[in-house]
Amino acid sequence: MSSSKKIRVLVAKPGLDGHDRGAKIVARALRDAGMEVIYTGLRQTPEMIVEAAISEDVNVIGMSILSGAHNALFPKVIDLLKAEGVDNILVIGGGIIPQDDVPALKAAGIAEVFGPGTPLAEIVGYIESNVKL
Amino acid sequence: MPATKLVKGVLKGNRRDLARLITLIENEHSSAATALSMLYKHTGNAHIVGVTGPPGSGKSTLVTRITAKYRKRSKTIGIVCVDPSSPFTGGALLGDRIRMQEHSLDKDVYVRSMSTRGHLGGLARATSDAVRVMDAFGKDIVIVETVGAGQSEVQVVEVAHTVIVVDVPGAGDDIQAIKAGIMEIADIFVVNKADYPGADKKVTEINAMLDLDSRERSWRPPVLVTNALTGDGIPELVDMIGKHMSYLQETGLLKQKGLQRSRDELEQIMEYKLTKELFTRLRGTPEYEQAIKKIAGRNDDPYSVAERLIAEFLTSVRG
Amino acid sequence: MGSEKGLRKIIKEWEEGPVAKTLAKFPERKEQFETLSGIPVDRLYSPSEKALKDYGPELGFPGMFPFTRGVQPTMYRGRFWTMRQYSGFATAKETNERFKFLLDQGQTGLSIAFDLPTQIGYDSDNPLAQGEVGKVGVAIDSLADMELLFDGIPLDKVSTSMTINAPAAILLAMYIAVGEKQGVPMNKLRGTIQNDILKEYVARGTWVFGPNPSMRITTDIMEYCAKNLPLWNPLSISGYHIREAGSTAIQEIAFTLLNGMAYVQAGVDSGLDVDSFAPRLSFFFSAHNDILEEVAKFRAARRMWARLMRERIGAKDPRSWKLRFHTQTAGCSLTAQQPVNNVVRVAYQALAAILGGTQSLHTNSMDEALCLPTEDAVRVALRTQQILAHESGIVNTIDPLGGSYYVESLTNQLEEKAYKYFDQVESMGGVIRAIEKGFFQREIAESAYKYQLEIDAEQRTVVGVNDFIIEGEELKLPVLQVDKEIECHQVERVKLGRRKRDNKKVLEYLDDLRKVSKGTENVMPSVLKAVRAHATVGEIMHVWREVYGEWNQPKVL
Repeated sequence: MSSSKKIRVLVAKPGLDGHDRGAKIVARALRDAGMEVIYTGLRQTPEMIVEAAISEDVNVIGMSILSGAHNALFPKVIDLLKAEGVDNILVIGGGIIPQDDVPALKAAGIAEVFGPGTPLAEIVGYIESNVKL
Repeated sequence: MPATKLVKGVLKGNRRDLARLITLIENEHSSAATALSMLYKHTGNAHIVGVTGPPGSGKSTLVTRITAKYRKRSKTIGIVCVDPSSPFTGGALLGDRIRMQEHSLDKDVYVRSMSTRGHLGGLARATSDAVRVMDAFGKDIVIVETVGAGQSEVQVVEVAHTVIVVDVPGAGDDIQAIKAGIMEIADIFVVNKADYPGADKKVTEINAMLDLDSRERSWRPPVLVTNALTGDGIPELVDMIGKHMSYLQETGLLKQKGLQRSRDELEQIMEYKLTKELFTRLRGTPEYEQAIKKIAGRNDDPYSVAERLIAEFLTSVRG
Repeated sequence: MGSEKGLRKIIKEWEEGPVAKTLAKFPERKEQFETLSGIPVDRLYSPSEKALKDYGPELGFPGMFPFTRGVQPTMYRGRFWTMRQYSGFATAKETNERFKFLLDQGQTGLSIAFDLPTQIGYDSDNPLAQGEVGKVGVAIDSLADMELLFDGIPLDKVSTSMTINAPAAILLAMYIAVGEKQGVPMNKLRGTIQNDILKEYVARGTWVFGPNPSMRITTDIMEYCAKNLPLWNPLSISGYHIREAGSTAIQEIAFTLLNGMAYVQAGVDSGLDVDSFAPRLSFFFSAHNDILEEVAKFRAARRMWARLMRERIGAKDPRSWKLRFHTQTAGCSLTAQQPVNNVVRVAYQALAAILGGTQSLHTNSMDEALCLPTEDAVRVALRTQQILAHESGIVNTIDPLGGSYYVESLTNQLEEKAYKYFDQVESMGGVIRAIEKGFFQREIAESAYKYQLEIDAEQRTVVGVNDFIIEGEELKLPVLQVDKEIECHQVERVKLGRRKRDNKKVLEYLDDLRKVSKGTENVMPSVLKAVRAHATVGEIMHVWREVYGEWNQPKVL
């Protein structure tokens, strides 16, 4: 049997902010790049995100936060993934994230952070070249 | 990781292994068939319920409500949500999970979103195998949710014991009336969104269509009214799903269906394997390409070429 | 207004009627207005004698139906719009200081931004609030916080706008209670609560309950305000967030006015006389980049609302026909790249808002694509408005773009295209049904995606982002960081508050609220009682969560 792999991505909105314009645009762009995208909707706790990522067996988690809660919530997702023994999911983030916060987020295990104005092709390209299938 | 290594975990109830095995099946990994054959004897215990209906009929909310009711009765649940893939890019947006948040942290509810990956018929090629893996995993109830808007999307009937067809009271042109094809696969009708005007009218319409059906049947599909937002009518629906299963058991139809399903499945697998084997041998060989050119140039015809190639294939197999 | 004579007559009526009446009460800022070069500027320009017969009833005159040219007879010749900068962060103490800073800088109204836990009705010590306390606005848990927020700010001297929706009744009750303590009766309170729950489902995302219970609370507030707070705007029907979520200008006005109609209908259905509450309805729009389209949008919205209210709803009081609105420049147009360019963008957007006849304005700060604004950035934003008001001269005549072939044509087209959505939504069974189906949400998401694809394909230029880039630019603007300690501090504060109050009384009032909420009586008096006893936002919302349940998001992708 031949193998026909597809990149599966969970697009998630952790925290309480309702600004999902960016998350929805990215979800569509990934779909148009041939990926299978599961969108969680708003107000996801880190626990819900990790549970969904495991159940859906995704290769990528993309999170978007515009409220400033990224320092509290992004690393928590990474910690929970580690606790579940998951190490093959590429975790990326986006939203309004001050440049100064990026090094700490990367050190915590967020592979890349995409700020406002990032072309969609850049995100697609990043996933395609860094995902572990 | 080969799929066979995940079998043990699945049988032990490891959710992550379950999720990964389904991925390998979806990806047609070379070891998936072996894993499925190892799991086969552990299947056959779950009640498989199909839920279909036009977009916007509230299927996901209904599934969420049914699940909540089953959870109160301590049943474990598996859910497969199927969405179509884009015919242009092969990508898909799988958005039903968003409606099922209330179960998102319940370890006894497993939700898996699936794209059809170009497969027609309303289900993904891997859907029935995914259902089977959930069955082996030990789920009491496995629900398959799929968009069904026309006659071409009725495959759910091949997977499910009980098919629920959902519709909403008409409110303008955007909601499609249930198509004839989909009417025939229903074991239970649900008119959802009872708070919309015209619910009673819809019930009458469906009953009228059922009256037109002249087949002799010992199970006339009941028409239930629900409001998935408030939960009205959900206990009755869950009871009805159980009643339908009892009916299948008591009348021997369950066994009969099981036989038919095994036959269909065996034949499908053989057909798939045979053609795959045949084409693996033929495609790319100079003789095959030559034969195609001859057909195109009207120096030969596809009918006799097919006869000849299959005969050759069979001889070589007997060889 | 067909004939010349007819028009002249109406101009005379306008001058002797609304204008004279307004002037008697509110004289204009100057006796004589003139351009920078000394050319006298008239109050209003209308067609030359020759073209008079083309001046149609779709325009009217400022302060007269259908208000295309403005809702007041003298507009900014009388007084400028209210300069109102939305602000709030950290705790009540820090925000109180920012308010005083803004009032010192010449701002004329307050506008409170609440943090997300407050907006969604979780107390600061709720686990779901973790990481969000004081981030996008001020954390308000109980009356004690609200008192601190307005410490030293007399409520009879300011008008206050509160961006609060699902818990609007609670924050309004707190404002009333602060007034009581300051000795200001509620009939003297001036301000606005956003209270526009429909656009939360459509675009902004801070809903809590489903549309039906939410609409019930909204109508209770409208009724309560109509009876007790005559100077209060109980609803700010908002297109701003719809536009920010990626809609077009057409969708912005169509969806906003549709929501507006839904509120009016809900009020009428609950037995209120439309003219008892409609004059206090206010609107909130975005001012985006396309200057003349934005001007046309404001004009079209005014005309549509006037006609809808008079012709469809049958409102009799001319004040019910007037669409009064607040404007905020488009946050989504700001770029993180070359952020100083944002000052220019904001200035043009503000220009559009003023040319479009806004009643109040918030100008964004240049750093808002990166973080909450710093004090310096806020000052430049406010100065932008002051420059437009005091230096630009555009304020000296009313609707200066009226009669422009382009602007009038755009106004007509926006109106026509917006009405198409009215038909579509009606065929779906109304606004709430359309929301439940995810219709608005999908329409907006599609527009947003299209816009982004155009930028990515460079069919649309965004200066500093996909063209005119500074290679290797470092984004190094001073960033306002909210202190991490703030959250711990606020958590302690809410816990302490719960220990200090009379808990028996709180439980009793919450029980009373539960009963009222299940019934049909107005919820406001019960909310006010609970608030006075220092029940928290989270506790009151919890009662409603139990009674009404939470909204389940539709599938929108």
